[in-house]
Amino acid sequence: MDTGDPSSFEVCFHDRWISVHPFVLSLIAAAAAEKRRNGVQVMGRVPAIQSMNYLTRMKLFDFLGIPPPREITEHESAGRFIPVTQIRNSDELHGFITEMIPLLHAGPAESDPIKYVMSELVRNVLEHSDSPDGAFISAQYFKSSNRIAIGVADSGQGILGHMKQHHRVSNDREAILLALKPGITGTTSRFGGTETNAGAGLFFTRNIAKASQNYFAIYSGDTLYKLQKWKGKKLTLHPDATNDPHLIYSGLPLWQGTAIGIDIAMEQTQSFTALLRLIRDVYSVDVREGKKKKYKKPHFV
Amino acid sequence: MTVVKVFQAAGDFAENKDIARQLRTEQLMPALDRGEKVLIDFANVSLSTQSFIHALISDALRKHGAGILDRLQFKGCNPPVQALIATVCDYMQDSTHAEEMKVGERAASKAKSKR
Repeated sequence: MDTGDPSSFEVCFHDRWISVHPFVLSLIAAAAAEKRRNGVQVMGRVPAIQSMNYLTRMKLFDFLGIPPPREITEHESAGRFIPVTQIRNSDELHGFITEMIPLLHAGPAESDPIKYVMSELVRNVLEHSDSPDGAFISAQYFKSSNRIAIGVADSGQGILGHMKQHHRVSNDREAILLALKPGITGTTSRFGGTETNAGAGLFFTRNIAKASQNYFAIYSGDTLYKLQKWKGKKLTLHPDATNDPHLIYSGLPLWQGTAIGIDIAMEQTQSFTALLRLIRDVYSVDVREGKKKKYKKPHFV
Repeated sequence: MTVVKVFQAAGDFAENKDIARQLRTEQLMPALDRGEKVLIDFANVSLSTQSFIHALISDALRKHGAGILDRLQFKGCNPPVQALIATVCDYMQDSTHAEEMKVGERAASKAKSKR
């Protein structure tokens, strides 16, 4: 897929097999939707191989505007995958999550992190991407590893475009690393954000993936940040994403929007509440320790 | 005392920030501005998000300071919702201190340049 050429858009497939993360499916759907909206024809030769049925079932060809290689019989998707879905507004998101969760056949312990991540990532797109196409989301459950892989993408202004409105960032790498820190939002330079944005969504999401000892990647502009899997007994969270085991690639083919992939284990090693408490402990700890203040606590009745 | 009922407005998964904004501007802030006590009722809410809680209460903490927590109570919160509320309350107090530090640094820098 070449996203840099404004006049054409061609999607190429391997002749014999395909294996893609929902991250890639959502990204391709977002790119194709943006091209088609701008009158660019999407092209691609689709090989008639068995594994194309998967892409058909994931509704990718619906967004490409290319006919699938052959008709398939659609079976119940419950608990196995969520086809690529376009979400343009807050109500569509709320409806999507409400309908999607029962399909997972999972209890609150398993479904809470998934609901949480989907809501935060899609709301980020709706509020910050400035894309008329909204968000493209898809997911796949892998039984062998008992995890759910989620992809969310948009073809909007990208993280650099958003962050540079209020922060001194000069490239995609700086913008992504800044966006992954807690308390930093593109809507203000003030720590703690505005009355509606805190700049915490990506920080929470990254750490939900880390706690799950799983995959997290964010691609925007020419840069991809990937959290590496870690093994160990003690979970330590870091405000700065560069202190986590990670890989970062710059100079990649330009993706003007933002795409995020995350895997979540369905069997969590610790409760979601315990994770939220850990995140709270690390959130802006520098400021708190520096002031040595005793903070007021909320009253729960 | 004003009671803000979250479940009735936002449902079982309280994540819709538009609704949080509506609860804040139409119920929470007017009541606090009048000097009233407010009870935010999360009964039957099984999960929320940090973004929703932020959109609901951060403005109260920013405008009135941490002292507003003496007039604000949270009812029916399960452990994940409690953890999210505590997180937002903490970092909003962090942000106040961060702003104070910035102001202090600017004043120190100004004084130094005068000398």
